[in-house]
Amino acid sequence: MKQVLIDYTLHLADNSLILGQRNAEWCGHGPVLEQDIAITNISLDLIGQARNFYQYAATLIGNDATEDSLAYLRKERDFKNCLLVEQPKGDWAQTILSQFFFSQYQYLLFQQMQNSKDEQLAAIAEKSLKEVTYHLRWSSEWVIRLGDGTEESHNRMLKAIDELWQYIDELFSATNYELLAASDGSGVNIPRLKEPWMNKVKEIFSEATLTITGKTLMQTGGKEGKHTEHLGNILAELQFMQRTYPGCEW
Amino acid sequence: MLNYNSCKGLTPVVSGNMTVHTINKEAIYSYLEEINDPEVPVLSIIDLGIVRDARMNDGELEVIITPTYTGCPAMDMITATIKIQLATLGFKRVKVTQVLSPAWSTEWMSEEGKRKLREYGIAPPNPKQQFCDQKLFAAAEAVQCPHCNSYHTHRISEFGSTACKALYQCDDCKEPFDYFKCH
Repeated sequence: MKQVLIDYTLHLADNSLILGQRNAEWCGHGPVLEQDIAITNISLDLIGQARNFYQYAATLIGNDATEDSLAYLRKERDFKNCLLVEQPKGDWAQTILSQFFFSQYQYLLFQQMQNSKDEQLAAIAEKSLKEVTYHLRWSSEWVIRLGDGTEESHNRMLKAIDELWQYIDELFSATNYELLAASDGSGVNIPRLKEPWMNKVKEIFSEATLTITGKTLMQTGGKEGKHTEHLGNILAELQFMQRTYPGCEW
Repeated sequence: MLNYNSCKGLTPVVSGNMTVHTINKEAIYSYLEEINDPEVPVLSIIDLGIVRDARMNDGELEVIITPTYTGCPAMDMITATIKIQLATLGFKRVKVTQVLSPAWSTEWMSEEGKRKLREYGIAPPNPKQQFCDQKLFAAAEAVQCPHCNSYHTHRISEFGSTACKALYQCDDCKEPFDYFKCH
């Protein structure tokens, strides 16, 4: 059961770290200064979540594991993040849509996880939920602004939906460790989150004059270490310093 | 045997034939009052409400703190500063523990802290909790300009120079300012 909790916690940590790293690519490149600051603030919140989960996982693993060794020294196949968060940031529309999909997922997930029988997971969820609420409101507003904006912004949103929809099923398909964690009361029963998630997406899409046009063939595997080619690239950048100068500190 | 005789925060209490030192929490808090938040240096960590408790466990002083925001980069520095500050006062064993629950709220900020923020040019958090409002495109909270006291202000961005702030501008004096947002 301990291994289940470790895998589950690492999965949560990896999700937050990888999306945090992706969003950080906007630093200095945002469409306007205020939104550059917004997306990097969200990035900081996600990396903060990741740190909390990694620190907890490190205490469960013991030995010499630390938050840094877990983030910087694991291989691609050991990462348990879902495919959605590792996709390239694309244009502003794709970043917004990906953040909206993920924030709505995290919002529902953390709401449930506050009641986890695992006190530390419950505490991280309670703390993070306050920030995820901001992320969700901000990204929802941007989905509407772009979808119901100009022809150009509307088309870019359609393209983003087409690109990202194939990674949605994975969010709600439980892996073995998620099933076990949920039945034990530490984790969340994620298939149950799908309906409220879809309802929210439909509500925001309807206001944004968008429809779900994405591919129906769904991709999965990230949560079990089978990633798209993009994770290797993001890890190369993320882990470069520790791989090149092992043990270096600021 | 640890000797805390030189520490000002401990009160010797004679219990039977032994002298034990009990913690004088007020004194410890007054030392922590000297430590400022590195991101908003006008506020002490006590003003900010992030110190949750201080207690003595087997001769070790434990200070319990909680982050304002999950990714707050100042927490490591605050932890180090607490240890150094208390060490210079004679506390030989100090442990700083971070807790996440209950989650920090701007309601924990002291009135003194709010006054200091305003004087520093940062609008203090409004008393009402608004973070959980999911309403989209909601009118921005009415925030008072810390420079000219006008309520005739508008929000420029929900996200500001640090995780805990939003960016506003005053429509009267035209001065942009940070708002320490409700959380």
